[in-house]
Amino acid sequence: MTFRKYLVLAGVALFASVGDSMLSRGMKDVGSVSIHHLQSLILAVLNPWIAGGILFLLAFFAAYMTALSWADLTYVLPATSIGYVLLALIAKFVLHEQVTLLRWLGIFLIAVGVSLVAGGPALTQTHAAHEQAPAETELASLGGER
Amino acid sequence: MRHAYTWGAIAVIVLASVTGDVLLSRAMKQVGDVGELRKRSSILSVVARVLQNPFFLLGIVAMAVAFFSLLFGLSWGDVSLVAPASASLTFVGNAAAAKLFLHERVDRRRWMAAALVACGVVLLAG
Repeated sequence: MTFRKYLVLAGVALFASVGDSMLSRGMKDVGSVSIHHLQSLILAVLNPWIAGGILFLLAFFAAYMTALSWADLTYVLPATSIGYVLLALIAKFVLHEQVTLLRWLGIFLIAVGVSLVAGGPALTQTHAAHEQAPAETELASLGGER
Repeated sequence: MRHAYTWGAIAVIVLASVTGDVLLSRAMKQVGDVGELRKRSSILSVVARVLQNPFFLLGIVAMAVAFFSLLFGLSWGDVSLVAPASASLTFVGNAAAAKLFLHERVDRRRWMAAALVACGVVLLAG
């Protein structure tokens, strides 16, 4: 694990929580959407908070895919769940929501879970799983594109 | 009856998002380390390589199913039940599926991490 890779994991957590917060903020402007008026959902994209939230969620997806390209699913998911902690902090200090004692306990449990995996190995997939991949020919064709 | 619909939606959300995560993870392992690929080729050809992977496309379909079942689930049940129940069950489901289908070595540490995060998510929603 290099410093760059930790940055990508931090990006997964940060982009997801900032994106969700922006969507949440934007949907408060838009109001509740009913199943019979789905066109209001399309107009919602024009709201700057919603548009920004979508951009952040796209960045999240790119970072998530990058992380999965070199780390186990069972490493990436717990390691990036620190985002839930970030989300709770954003909710409290930016959106001014109440964070109850139970929620702080939840944040603590997640933090312990994150620290459990973060210290361990990032990639444990056996060679058998890698050999199933038709990687050799695809790599060759990619090399040709250089 | 409404209760059954809500839990049915939760089951579909969990199943679809676990399937999606496993497919996306498998796809990206086939694509290879994106950081290494970037050293040898342009970002566009790396993106094209990801988009051409069939597991990636199937994964996106599964994620879309999960997203729309979440919308249905939210219309039938409370957000404080549907969102945390599906998120935490997905964590535990992913640990099992990664061991079964991706042959990841899910040791006691990782099981505990998945379980702790799942409990934490439930508490956050409380």
